[in-house]
Amino acid sequence: MAGVLGAAMVLAVAPLVVILWQVILNGGAAMSWEFLSSVESSPRDPGGYLHGIVGTLYMTGIAATLSIPIGILAATYLVEYGRSGRFANTVRFFTDVMTGVPSIFVGLAIYALLVVSGGAGLGFGTFVGAAALATIMLPIVVRSSEEMLNLVPADLRTASAGLGARRWQTTVKVVLPAAAPGLITGSMLAIARGAGETAPLVLTALGARQVVTAFQGTPQADIGLLMTDGFSQPFEPGIERAWAGGLTLIIVTLLLTITARFIAARRKV
Amino acid sequence: MQLATAAARLRRDRAPRQAASPSRPAPTTTGHVFEVEDVSVRYGDFTAVRDVSLTIPRNEITALIGPSGCGKSTILRTLNRMNDLVDDASVQGTVRYNGEDIYAPDVDPVEVRRRIGMVFQKPNPFPKSIYDNVAFGPRLNGERDLDGLVEEALVRAALWDEVRTKLRSPALELSGGQQQRLCIARALATRPDVILMDEPASALDPIATHKIEDLMRSLRETCTVVVVTHNMQQASRVSDWTAFFSVDVDDEQGMRTGELVELDRTDAIFTEASDPRTEAYVTGRMG
Repeated sequence: MAGVLGAAMVLAVAPLVVILWQVILNGGAAMSWEFLSSVESSPRDPGGYLHGIVGTLYMTGIAATLSIPIGILAATYLVEYGRSGRFANTVRFFTDVMTGVPSIFVGLAIYALLVVSGGAGLGFGTFVGAAALATIMLPIVVRSSEEMLNLVPADLRTASAGLGARRWQTTVKVVLPAAAPGLITGSMLAIARGAGETAPLVLTALGARQVVTAFQGTPQADIGLLMTDGFSQPFEPGIERAWAGGLTLIIVTLLLTITARFIAARRKV
Repeated sequence: MQLATAAARLRRDRAPRQAASPSRPAPTTTGHVFEVEDVSVRYGDFTAVRDVSLTIPRNEITALIGPSGCGKSTILRTLNRMNDLVDDASVQGTVRYNGEDIYAPDVDPVEVRRRIGMVFQKPNPFPKSIYDNVAFGPRLNGERDLDGLVEEALVRAALWDEVRTKLRSPALELSGGQQQRLCIARALATRPDVILMDEPASALDPIATHKIEDLMRSLRETCTVVVVTHNMQQASRVSDWTAFFSVDVDDEQGMRTGELVELDRTDAIFTEASDPRTEAYVTGRMG
């Protein structure tokens, strides 16, 4: 029995190890100052992913600003106010459905709603890309925050009510602070997920060959889009840089996760 | 704001009454903090406790005792409207606190809870510092300059000497007994005139229990204490008055409903109870 379990464990971990090994090996070889500080004009020319790194951080930052407050507020509503009412259950159901929607479809929906003239007509750009990422991140924030808020002992809410706190005071002064480390961790994981998404950006950010600082209206670059471009064309420099792009994303994700752990550890009390 | 007026009315009520009766004897007998009349509490279709009438004398300790399911905790929670937090709970009858009907439509339950302290069975300090736990209630009332209040509450809860050097440490690092005294300090910090305690020592060891009981007796100077306990020795040791509750079992419907059997001086309850059910319980033949 222990042998079977052990084998299953090895099988489960093996893909992760292989992926990490590949990315570190190939990405590390292609990683350079040039990669981080210059812009490639095409996969066949020399250059780097500076524009992609800027675009990914820019869009992920906006997406986090949009999705984290809304997600935490929604989760707070579900746990502290809606509980098992019909509206709360409906919100929960659609949040679950949203988690399962293919991310390319999220991009398509944002394209139809915000980008084209039949919708809001905003065109391609940073903001619509961020909106697509926020749509992916939102259900993750809601569900992880809901779990964290449910972990706050009912005793604390009772104690607070017994001292004459109103419901919102209990929420703001007791429940949210008690759940803060978990909320931060969940938010960081949602950011990590958003930073690594490519499909929703195909029809929203579109991609660019220079550093874009415009908030909206100019197509924006993204690491994932540049990687897709690089891997799909038969040019050695582009393929090498795509590996380095993958390594960059993994490092960003790792940094976010470590930061989340660090904050979670410090905020206890 | 209507709560504030209700609270203010409470205060106005008390002062003239005291002035009007100069012949009143010691302050320990200035009437009753609570007058409970014909109170029944239902959870949905289930009647937890039926037709309870009792009075809680000021600046004394009243113990509510009885077997499981007798409704003693339920009655305790009607005194500061904690039952309002239970979705399908409904309270019938009248509960007057300092003469004011706290179930009147214009009374805000939050205001009631702010004025009546409560301590629970399991110590439940907030995951904050010791200082922030005690300061929680005063901060809700918008009070500033809390150092003095925090110290006073911790001194009254007999915890100050143990925590004076570590007020900023997490409350959860304290022992169980210390945590419970911290919860008492937290309740005292808003200077309530009543403290309700729901089996405050049942999760504690004998030494910590002893400290809580000493503390309860010392609180009598400034507070009225109502304590629910399943521990009869504790009731006989600390309380001045004892209310004995029993369970009325309806075999046909399988319903168990709590009821008050009698309320009397504690020594009378334990030595010459007027109801045979009380005698059976306190002598250990029942419950």
